[in-house]
Amino acid sequence: MKKFKLFIIIIGFSLILVNNLRAQDTDQVNKISKNLRCLICQGQSVYDSQSDFAISMKTLIQKKIDEGKTENEIYEFLTKKYGDWIIYDPELNKNTFLLWLLPLILFVFGGILIIRKVSIK
Amino acid sequence: MANQVGNYSLFIALIASIFLIFQSYRLTRNSSKNLDSKIFSVLSVQSLMVLISFISLVFAFIVSDFSNKTVYNNSHTTKPLFYKISGTWGNHEGSLLLWLLVLTFFLFIFLINSKNLPKKYRLLTLTFQEVIIFGFLLFILFTSNPFINLFPIPKEGTGLNPILQDPALALHPPILYIGYVGTSIIFSASLAALVCGNVNKVWASHIKKWIIISWIFLTIGIMLGSIWAYYELGWGGFWFWDPVENVSLMPWFCLTALLHTIVVLEKRNTFKSWTIILSITTFSLSMSGTFLVRSGILNSIHTFANDPSRGVFILCFLFFLIFLAIIIFFIYQKNISNSSIRTYLISKETAMLVNNWFMMFFLSVVLIGTVYPILLEVINGSKISIGPPFYQKLILPFLIPFLLFMAIGPNLKWVKDHINKIKLEQPIFLFISILISYLFTTSYGVSYLFSVPMFGLGFFLFFLTIRDFFSGKSTLSQKIAHFGFSLFILSILFNGVLAKEYSSNMKVGDERKFMNKIIKFENLKITQELNYQSLTGEFNISDDRGNLNLKPEIRIYNQPKTLTSEADIISTIYSDNFLVFNVLKDDGYYNVRYQHKPLMIWIWLSVILIFVGGILGYFKKK
Amino acid sequence: MIKNIKFIIIILFGLFLFLVFLKGLDKPNSYSPNSILNQIETKLTARTLYKNKEISLGELIDKNNFSLINVWASWCLPCRNEHSYLINLQKINNINIIGINYKDKEINAKKFLKDLGNPYSEILIDPDGTISIELGAYGVPETYLVNRKTNEVIKKFIGPLDDLKFKEIVKIVNNEKI
Repeated sequence: MKKFKLFIIIIGFSLILVNNLRAQDTDQVNKISKNLRCLICQGQSVYDSQSDFAISMKTLIQKKIDEGKTENEIYEFLTKKYGDWIIYDPELNKNTFLLWLLPLILFVFGGILIIRKVSIK
Repeated sequence: MANQVGNYSLFIALIASIFLIFQSYRLTRNSSKNLDSKIFSVLSVQSLMVLISFISLVFAFIVSDFSNKTVYNNSHTTKPLFYKISGTWGNHEGSLLLWLLVLTFFLFIFLINSKNLPKKYRLLTLTFQEVIIFGFLLFILFTSNPFINLFPIPKEGTGLNPILQDPALALHPPILYIGYVGTSIIFSASLAALVCGNVNKVWASHIKKWIIISWIFLTIGIMLGSIWAYYELGWGGFWFWDPVENVSLMPWFCLTALLHTIVVLEKRNTFKSWTIILSITTFSLSMSGTFLVRSGILNSIHTFANDPSRGVFILCFLFFLIFLAIIIFFIYQKNISNSSIRTYLISKETAMLVNNWFMMFFLSVVLIGTVYPILLEVINGSKISIGPPFYQKLILPFLIPFLLFMAIGPNLKWVKDHINKIKLEQPIFLFISILISYLFTTSYGVSYLFSVPMFGLGFFLFFLTIRDFFSGKSTLSQKIAHFGFSLFILSILFNGVLAKEYSSNMKVGDERKFMNKIIKFENLKITQELNYQSLTGEFNISDDRGNLNLKPEIRIYNQPKTLTSEADIISTIYSDNFLVFNVLKDDGYYNVRYQHKPLMIWIWLSVILIFVGGILGYFKKK
Repeated sequence: MIKNIKFIIIILFGLFLFLVFLKGLDKPNSYSPNSILNQIETKLTARTLYKNKEISLGELIDKNNFSLINVWASWCLPCRNEHSYLINLQKINNINIIGINYKDKEINAKKFLKDLGNPYSEILIDPDGTISIELGAYGVPETYLVNRKTNEVIKKFIGPLDDLKFKEIVKIVNNEKI
């Protein structure tokens, strides 16, 4: 009986690991522009905005994709022109490593606190 | 006239506040058993004065008394009465007055409802709460006085920002404030309990009511704000991870953690220090929210007009309260004997701790994401944006274990349970859920990261919470709230994965094909309303199953001159059809955006279920 | 002892946060793009307004002097106001000014120049706005002062030129000549 339970759990988790690759968004422009801040609007993404700036930006992204540029090359190009501020998804660098790591460190720290509090036996 | 009345009554309230702080503190040494009747009468006077000043502001708004600067800046004679009233708290000064009103009334109710608790504890709560009231009174009177006279009296006001002229947003601030202010009572009461050393089961069951109340209002408040963003901002999303939204979410995480911990304290008389720390943190986060929104330090769609002197005041006051709390905590921590009650690995206590663990993690993600850009800019001048992808990347993977624990946890027993007793049905449910999720994701071609386990555990929680209705050991309120949460997660996941949208530039008479639907721009009507001009587009969306007529609007408000887009949404229990259009520069063409959002309404319904669970918890008999 | 250390650490951390926020309050909330300066993409090509041929931006930059790149449109009101500054810069200071005509109708653009004068040595048209984005523009009007040797943007001026910005341009240009 016990083995059967274990068996089901193992199958369940191996299915969990059947993990498909990252999304192949049909519409690359939408995907990229959702990740860009419309610099002249208040708190809108380029995707959501109908301003001239945002419309031109979307056209440009389309052009770049047609030229065969990858998503990352486009981000790189835009940050060179407009700075890191334009991208909603900050990449990991010396300015942002604390941003990404601090929550994870706190999570581990919390886990340790709980383990210390709880008696195993 | 109303200005003077409002102003002077605030000064009287300030004096009452000073009296109460000293008198109540002095009386804590007095050995008499009952509260001094003087305290009660002064407190009543104070509440009455705040009420009078609030009413006089509402009155000034209703009669459009433009000798009042706040009214002049935020109202207009052509505005409908409902928005004249809601305009009272639709601005910085008025919203603070509303905050103060709730603050004093909550204190009043607290004192009436705590008659069977020790006198010293009640007096100390009163002292702490009066310190907060005093701070707010100073803030209102000296940096954001809503009763400033204008002379000569202007004939007409400048109007309320049209995107705020909306029923959901008229109710959103007061409800959210009740939630925020509720946390102030929890804060004061926890500090008082700490000083008195009565952090115990009795105190827990008394303060639990306040926690539930604050939690319910905070939940409803966040939901209303989100509904408003969904149909008014016109982008079709319901949560943008905008800093101002995050600010209301942070105390919610903390309060949810507290809601679970307080049950442990009530039942098992343990986790005392942790409860106090959570109470302090919750209120600090509510206050930080006020600071971040009001000071203009954030860059967001929602921020009110900013004024640095206000920011400095709130910041100092906020840190004064935080430091006060920390100092009191360290001095009196020894008062709460952490009894030698052991916590076993497999037990409900641990499950609650795990809940807290995840809540604190989610909180830290949102907090760090919101505050980090401010810190970075000050420290080395570089400016970064933190948007939805950051939050999704850090929160989504952690939802998977969170959902698993949430499904299993509630069925564990207090004190000590055994792993062997986990029934066979749980792994079977898990297996079925993963299988459904796998079939669903492959057949719909969903290939987001972690989509199989996300959906799988969403279903797992869903099945287990349904099963718990028949066999679970926990309370009904917990069952409903957890079931609501599973529904919430599932509807968000399905909505996120299956939503489709289409955007195009169209003029009247145009037709566009999208999936199996035909979108037709049939007509455009121009009408003149009381305080705006309206362009109503008539669209028809047809597919093989039927016809939908959608009539989105573009409103051109006259005071102040602003364009807003009002989406038209047809909701059914299966999906929402969302259509919005915008003016383009070229004449005749409009940008039309159509969205098909499956299960959208279930997001709201599930949140309603969640707080209905809370309401049941409040009324539960002991 | 440990308790005291914890207490001190928490208080210090709190003070740190307090000071950072206090300083953060002074920061202006608008985004200043001055920190991002870069190379002009000389390879950008576009049709010109009058000659109807494709030309690259690199060819237009004056090799002996400073160049100004000005993004404008006939429908933009502030552009109208700043136009006299551009004409003065071209006439008095003899600066090479390259126009980027942003999302405009050609007839309107030509009429605009006929009415107000043409300070540009050449005008590239940018009907969909993508060239302006490649230059790093936010909207119209915008003006960049470009170094002749390195093709680097020395200074970006967001929004219409005014007396202050005009003096700044003249100052930079004159300093370099001496």
